[in-house]
Amino acid sequence: MMDNKMIVEGSLQREEGGFSFLGRLPYYRGLGLSMIEDIIVSVDGAAIPREAIRFSVRGQTYTLDEMETVYDNRWNFGEKARIVALNGGLPAGTHAITFAVRMRVSYLPFVPTTKDTKQLALAA
Amino acid sequence: MSNTIKRGVSLYSYQNETFQGKMSLEDCIRTSAALGAHGIEIIGEQTFWGWPECGVAQDDVDNWHRLMAKYDCVPVSHDFMLDYKRYKGREMPFDEQVASVKNDIDFGARLGMKFIRALVSIDPAVLVAAADYAQEKNIKILIEVHAPLHFDHPWIIRHAEAFEKSGSDALGFLPDMGMFLFRFPPVWKEKFLRIGVPKAIADYVEQAYEDRVLSEYVILNVQQMGGTGPAIAMAETLRHNAAFEPKRMLDYMPRIHNIHGKFYQMDEEYVEPSIPYDQIVKVLKQGNYQGYICSEYEGNRWIEDAQEPDSVEQVRRQQVMLARLLGESVEPSLNTTVAA
Repeated sequence: MMDNKMIVEGSLQREEGGFSFLGRLPYYRGLGLSMIEDIIVSVDGAAIPREAIRFSVRGQTYTLDEMETVYDNRWNFGEKARIVALNGGLPAGTHAITFAVRMRVSYLPFVPTTKDTKQLALAA
Repeated sequence: MSNTIKRGVSLYSYQNETFQGKMSLEDCIRTSAALGAHGIEIIGEQTFWGWPECGVAQDDVDNWHRLMAKYDCVPVSHDFMLDYKRYKGREMPFDEQVASVKNDIDFGARLGMKFIRALVSIDPAVLVAAADYAQEKNIKILIEVHAPLHFDHPWIIRHAEAFEKSGSDALGFLPDMGMFLFRFPPVWKEKFLRIGVPKAIADYVEQAYEDRVLSEYVILNVQQMGGTGPAIAMAETLRHNAAFEPKRMLDYMPRIHNIHGKFYQMDEEYVEPSIPYDQIVKVLKQGNYQGYICSEYEGNRWIEDAQEPDSVEQVRRQQVMLARLLGESVEPSLNTTVAA
């Protein structure tokens, strides 16, 4: 669901110590942050370690471990969160970004992981 | 011919557009009203950013009421979720679950809803414990009976028994018409073909569904036909779907207060090829159903890999079908563009 709309086109940018892009939750509603089990990012086939990923919405930034006990904030329906990868940086050019989210959904008899891959350009 | 069954839309139907910011809340409500579907159902967590963890500002609630009045619409149901798996590794304690339901009752009341929808996996004791509070707020809590569950399933019977034992009128059912899936939906088959299911296997699964073959036999046969990955997934949809009988709703009519008009596709002839709406409406009339049938378009997720869903056109077609089945004299149509 919404798989191909997870990564926002044209959103790749440099960050201090890495890069970031905008990502949306692949779901028909929002979700409290404690129920985001994992965010998996790779660039040009290279996986970013979990501890090097940050999640940022409305001015609040979290590590994935911190998110597990956040009960007072949400990733809203269709909301563009900034997904930061602290990998040391990327050269200018086009990069294949893969972004996957694993969610803990109370009523589902399985734990869904949804994935999107897009080619995003990073300006010189 | 007059009847008391009313038409509505669950804004879930427009999720592909609202997710991308292509339709606003006002666009959704205006479009539904233009089709004569004046009952509006929402998933609170979809329509209102912040709910439930961060709450919803009174300005947003005021805007909701302004839109209801502007387009002559009626708030029908706030579908709540109750995330009892909020805490990693442990289930939310019972009392906290009840408090969470009461919070959604309050929100439903703020929005002027008659009903709030509970997901089917919720413990009936939680709903029973919140029933008196719901009654005070003039809200009914409706458990959504959704495939693979159905009205003869022991889990639903357990709910029904708990509701009867409680003696409360504030507890009831919201059947999702997807449980009456009488044919394998063409959009499902097409999606499975696109992701690599061999045509012979896809044809077999479709026919086996038509023949009402038990899902476990179909899965084994697909394995023996050499099916892997997507082919097994296609066969496994039979575990989660079946052609239950619309007439099974009749025993429960006194507690059925809202209907999800689930559909996967509406063709140009205004037919849902996999859900028997003619029979469904006949049963609802027979049972003297007086609530809303709210369109719930769910074909989006089956086609979005190949084409951009046109949710508004799909809802329009279903509303035309419903108006015809309900014997209305005026055919619903959209005279205005969707986005203002």
